[in-house]
Amino acid sequence: MNIIVCVKQVLDPDIPPAKFKVNSEAKQVVPPEGIPPVINPYDAQAVELALRLKERNGGKITVLTAGGDGAEKVVKHAISMGADDGFVLNDAAFEGSDSFGAAYILTKAIQKIGEYDLVLCGRQAADWDEGLVGSIIAENLSSSLVILAEDAELVEEGLKVKRVTLDGYQVFVVPTPAVVTVSNEVGQARLPSGLGIISAARRQIPVWKAADIDVDPAQVGAAAARRKLLKLFIPARERKCELVEGETTAEAAAKLAEKLREARII
Amino acid sequence: MAEYNGILICGEVVDGKIAAITRELLSVGRKLGNSLGQPLKALLIGKNIEEEAKEVIALGADKVYIIDGPTFANSHPDLYVAMITGACDQLLPSIVLLGQTDIGRDIAPRLAARLKTTAAMDCVDLVIDSESKLLLQTRPVYGGNALAVWASESCQPQIITMRPRSVAPAEPDTSRKGQIESFTVEVKDSSIKGKLVETVKEEVAGIKLEDAKVIISGGGGIGGTEGFEMLQELAHVLGGTVGVTRVPCDEGWMPMTLEIGQTGRIVGPDLYIAVGISGAVQHMAGCSGSKHIVAINKDPDAHIFKEADFGLVGDYKQAIPALIEKCKALLAT
Ligand SMILES: Cc1cc2nc3c(=O)[nH]c(=O)nc-3n(C[C@H](O)[C@H](O)[C@H](O)COP(=O)(O)OP(=O)(O)OC[C@H]3O[C@@H](n4cnc5c(N)ncnc54)[C@H](O)[C@@H]3O)c2cc1C
Ligand SMILES: Nc1ncnc2c1ncn2[C@@H]1O[C@H](COP(=O)(O)O)[C@@H](O)[C@H]1O
Repeated sequence: MNIIVCVKQVLDPDIPPAKFKVNSEAKQVVPPEGIPPVINPYDAQAVELALRLKERNGGKITVLTAGGDGAEKVVKHAISMGADDGFVLNDAAFEGSDSFGAAYILTKAIQKIGEYDLVLCGRQAADWDEGLVGSIIAENLSSSLVILAEDAELVEEGLKVKRVTLDGYQVFVVPTPAVVTVSNEVGQARLPSGLGIISAARRQIPVWKAADIDVDPAQVGAAAARRKLLKLFIPARERKCELVEGETTAEAAAKLAEKLREARII
Repeated sequence: MAEYNGILICGEVVDGKIAAITRELLSVGRKLGNSLGQPLKALLIGKNIEEEAKEVIALGADKVYIIDGPTFANSHPDLYVAMITGACDQLLPSIVLLGQTDIGRDIAPRLAARLKTTAAMDCVDLVIDSESKLLLQTRPVYGGNALAVWASESCQPQIITMRPRSVAPAEPDTSRKGQIESFTVEVKDSSIKGKLVETVKEEVAGIKLEDAKVIISGGGGIGGTEGFEMLQELAHVLGGTVGVTRVPCDEGWMPMTLEIGQTGRIVGPDLYIAVGISGAVQHMAGCSGSKHIVAINKDPDAHIFKEADFGLVGDYKQAIPALIEKCKALLAT
């Protein structure tokens, strides 16, 4: 079973809110000092699902990332988890691409790889939280799609996928090649192994440019973006917290109940 | 070039009722329609839903299209993608509004890809710029750390999903008049890839989180299943229900279906008591619309205190029993 996983490098989503800064003028997030970017958590979980499928069915896992300098780090992370191969898609022409541009670039790279049964993406990238790219890739490839997967297994008719819903789950059986987007319900992504880290560090990750994957420059980059970012800002937090105190925690809790009653909240 | 006109809402009927999100979309859609001088239309897919269609008119739509088909929960999303794409091809709306729901998340990106236009997912505010007449789309980004405003100059229709509870739902006005039309879209068998084998609803006992007036939420600080029994008791005393952050789900203490936040449920009770919760943005995304927030946390520097109206610094194991006892006493008087 050959699996392609799309992974994106993002600002660490676990940074404390106080460290999150934007440059409103440039409409950009200011990367916090000393906190390096990471592989999108859902994408690490997509790699995890790919590894589980490979363990059961054999095959090969190839990871792809479209990104600027430093993006090979997320490919190496996936390789150190156990992925076999990876490529970085980087070209000045790609800069400023929107979700449709990114999906087109990834689609072209997937088509260049050619042999695959499954494309895995994260449910959304934890930076812009769009949740678009996986679905658009499925459309580009005219392949079957299941979003928000918590599990998948190979069956006779194709791929059986368990999809998370708000109140439970759904089970789909879809023909391969399929595109599946992965949700956090898949469970913790394994940590890179020591050996994995060493072998990934030695690897040269090939870079594919627009011409290598037959990308039409007119369809990518800021000029091709279907919409524009007008404003980026940190919303004001409106609440003022009244701390309720007491000799003991229990006393404070009783006071809290009284306050809530006085304010007719309970 | 074709003339795009009208706001089209993809309505959801759940258990024979117009979904809350659809009522919210009708209120947003009405506002956008008025700003643009365009009609508000709604698409309903289902069986025997004339009554619901009339209700959608009362809620603000000028016209309702009914497509005879299975309800969302019971059929393959490919079917709805094909149906709604077909409907857009015929109706040429300038804006399509869906909910950021199970089905909305599935349809919107593919609809945009097929119609060669844009999609903005999980918007919390939509307005028409008075000068440019562009649709300004506000959505939380970076987990909710920031808000971004987007606009598209050239793409039509603009596909939008709205986050539940971003706006007040439309109120019915039974004197409103509108048209109801049945509508058909041809869907080729080949456009449905694979099959939906089963849909499982994991029923939760008691009050639904979305309907609850009081929610006692527990996080990683609860430390295990026993602590949640305490929270359950407090919820019972206050006539509410229990919610969780992602940590108790990941740890297997509580079911995933109770998760509140960006990737879980969006709630808006009168009272939200956050116990042993640090206040990560991704969690607050699901509960910041609560009327009153109370934080109980043993770390005085926990971020949750910046998002709360009342705070108590201390161990929940001491605080919750005392709170239960005092609430019981107060509510008995
Ligand atoms: C992309 C992404 C999406 C996410 N989506 C969601 C989402 O939708 N919903 C969600 O909830 N999370 C989500 N998360 C996770 C989120 O970032 C946080 O990790 C999570 O919300 C933290 O949960 P917590 O506050 O319960 O736990 P912790 O961060 O572990 O905090 C525990 C708190 O309990 C306090 N505490 C410990 N012991 C006690 C005690 N005895 N008494 C009182 N207080 C105590 C501690 O001081 C601490 O503040 C997401 C994360 C990512 C990266
Ligand atoms: N630049 C990128 N490189 C590789 N994969 C990406 C990229 N952007 C998005 N993806 C994939 O698409 C998913 C959804 O991204 P998004 O639609 O941006 O939220 C991510 O979880 C990744 O799997």
